[in-house]
Amino acid sequence: MFHTYLVKYGEIGIKGNNRHVFEDALAKQVRLKLAHISGEFEIRKERGRIYVECSGSWDEAETVDALQHVFGIVGICPVHTYELSNIEDMRRDIVSYVAEEHPDSDASFKVKARRVNKEFPLQSMEIDAELGEAILEAFPAMHVDVHHPDILFDLEIRDRIYVYSKVIPGPGGMPVGSNGSAMLCLSGGIDSPVAGWMIAKRGVKIDAVYFHAPPYTSDRAKQKVVDLAKAVAKYTGPIRLHVVNFTDIQLAIYDTCPHEELTIIMRRYMMRIAEHFAEKDGDLGIVTGESIGQVASQTMHSLITTNAAVTMPVYRPLIGFDKSEIVDIAKQIDTYETSILPYEDCCTIFVAKHPVTKPVLQVIERSEAKLKDVIDGLMETALRTTETFTVRP
Amino acid sequence: MSEIYLDNSSTTRPFPSVLDIVMKTMTEDYGNPSSLHKKGVDAESYIRKTRQILSRILKAEEREIIFTSGGTESNNMAIIGAALAGKRRGSRLLYTAMEHPAVSEVMRFLEKQGFQTEAIPVDRRGSIDLKALEDMLDPDVILVSTMYVNNEIGAVVPVKECAALIHQKAPDALYHVDAIQAFGKYRICPRQLGIDLMSASGHKFHGPKGTGFLYVRKDARILPLIYGGGQQAGMRSGTENVPGIAGLGVAAEETYRDFDAKIDHLYALKERLEAGLMRMDDVVLHGMQGREGAPHIVNASFTGVGSEVLLHSLEDKGIFVSAGSACSTHKRNASPTMTAIGAPKEESSAAVRFSFSELNTEEEIDRTLSAISELLPVLRRYRAR
Repeated sequence: MFHTYLVKYGEIGIKGNNRHVFEDALAKQVRLKLAHISGEFEIRKERGRIYVECSGSWDEAETVDALQHVFGIVGICPVHTYELSNIEDMRRDIVSYVAEEHPDSDASFKVKARRVNKEFPLQSMEIDAELGEAILEAFPAMHVDVHHPDILFDLEIRDRIYVYSKVIPGPGGMPVGSNGSAMLCLSGGIDSPVAGWMIAKRGVKIDAVYFHAPPYTSDRAKQKVVDLAKAVAKYTGPIRLHVVNFTDIQLAIYDTCPHEELTIIMRRYMMRIAEHFAEKDGDLGIVTGESIGQVASQTMHSLITTNAAVTMPVYRPLIGFDKSEIVDIAKQIDTYETSILPYEDCCTIFVAKHPVTKPVLQVIERSEAKLKDVIDGLMETALRTTETFTVRP
Repeated sequence: MSEIYLDNSSTTRPFPSVLDIVMKTMTEDYGNPSSLHKKGVDAESYIRKTRQILSRILKAEEREIIFTSGGTESNNMAIIGAALAGKRRGSRLLYTAMEHPAVSEVMRFLEKQGFQTEAIPVDRRGSIDLKALEDMLDPDVILVSTMYVNNEIGAVVPVKECAALIHQKAPDALYHVDAIQAFGKYRICPRQLGIDLMSASGHKFHGPKGTGFLYVRKDARILPLIYGGGQQAGMRSGTENVPGIAGLGVAAEETYRDFDAKIDHLYALKERLEAGLMRMDDVVLHGMQGREGAPHIVNASFTGVGSEVLLHSLEDKGIFVSAGSACSTHKRNASPTMTAIGAPKEESSAAVRFSFSELNTEEEIDRTLSAISELLPVLRRYRAR
């Protein structure tokens, strides 16, 4: 039986002097994540590794699942620990380890010891040879292959002996919070939750904004967005969500501007509102789920036009993705089933039959100028009446 | 401003007397009706009482009533139970094109199990084609299932005429009536009408959710779907939902008290709403108007206004209705009844259902009408073009 996980991380390891910042962020995320599941966990940082010691009523599947939702982790290794004594005891321990973890195996293997504790009398290579021999004697069907082993037995000689041979894949990426924060434009669709997940995977903390248009969109549509935020928050931690009542702005655009420009102009105001809350929340960018050419408002021309409404950088992690690729990720991160629930979202209610696909910024700005008498007041009201709350996983 | 609840075909508000008896059976008389001791006997007495009430209302025998978890279970039990019991006699099952999914989906399931299921056509008003039914009937038919009142548009099926045709042309077939929207709105005597099986649901007449019953004429044979401890003469195993059954009984009793006056009241509400809607421009009424249709359902399309948009706008004013059909821009299909009656898309996407209970008032209808008149011009101004 084991009660320790070795958490492997990838890119953090190459961050030079900033390394401890990333490690601290990762340890913090691991701690936050495990705080919500049953069992007691001690997280130890030690010479470029993070160990999770489990005790109490912890459950293996639940613990691994929690760790698989922490960005920055590339692998999760169940580690068996043994008392540090002499080589005879170690031979006995490795045999019982193999019997437990790889029973009836006929695989090739290699033993790779690291003697961190230099007081141990044998050198790493000598330990490899002793333990390899012990395994061969106890399991005659197994054989040694030092170049391409099926099973690699990793040993670390510290104050105790750590043995592991299995690596459960983690989500990769970098720990959330190690790279600032950004404002995600979250709709009820398939793309935006995936965009949020992807940007968070690079260590960015997520805030979010949703545009609500009652009575054209229902409370169920809003609940759906909250549910999506909840699903993304499983990876990113709590998400601060701003729900903006956008109806009056939308109707003013409808009344005043050319109908085929409605979606573009609407999106420009959404970007402005997103930027407002991004600045307020201390975010360093805006994130959208746009991908080139997916719909009329996401052509290169349209993107230039919506982008021009704000000065803050706009990140579009899905920019080169096909819909089917986005769907695959949405399924993997468990947002897809919620995204396809059939509730109206505010981008589609007044959509024109033939919206502009090649908007020209100057033309759009001229149309927007017609709103000048009303828009400041409407924007002010929308910002003031926005409902902000935190969505927890 | 007080709420106006006009979605009584979805569910109703339980009567206070229902709450009382549910509370009592959960706090004091919580025994298992199968227990031999006094607690069990006390619990069983509530079930007996509800049986008595229902048998009086339906002019049926007590043993002809089986308690279920609601309308959907009753429909499943009737249709699947009859199909399994009759599969050696024949293979055909008939139902109307405008059935609720709790019937049509059961038919689809049975179709996959090797039965032949066929839909009886209905016209634009939701009136079923009796001639077509007559032509479809033959001795190979084992079950015909029709609604009594359509849940979306309130159209009424001539149950007695159907029964006569069925028993004449397919003497061995059973006739099941989904009376979920009709029980509590009509005096129904299954035996006189020629109904063999009939479904009802407690929460549609101010009883608790999760309750219902199936009437099974005593010499009609269906197979049970749920096996276990043999409760309810083996027809529906499982410890009876005593609080639910007690509440259903009280609700039924209260519903049929001063019955004619209540029905007159419902028709007065219906006619008032219909008249008010007819005075508005571009409103299409569905189903059967006035006394020809059910007393508690009015369905109207407000051309150019999406069902959900009007629903949420009314909700904003504290008025609760039901959308005949959901979103238009997403690929959501028109509702089963709207499809069956062949309503054009611009009508089905704009259909709203108003459904009343005895608790509604004429003043509420007037307030609803003025809310609609106020909203329509605004909502019609903003639409996809």
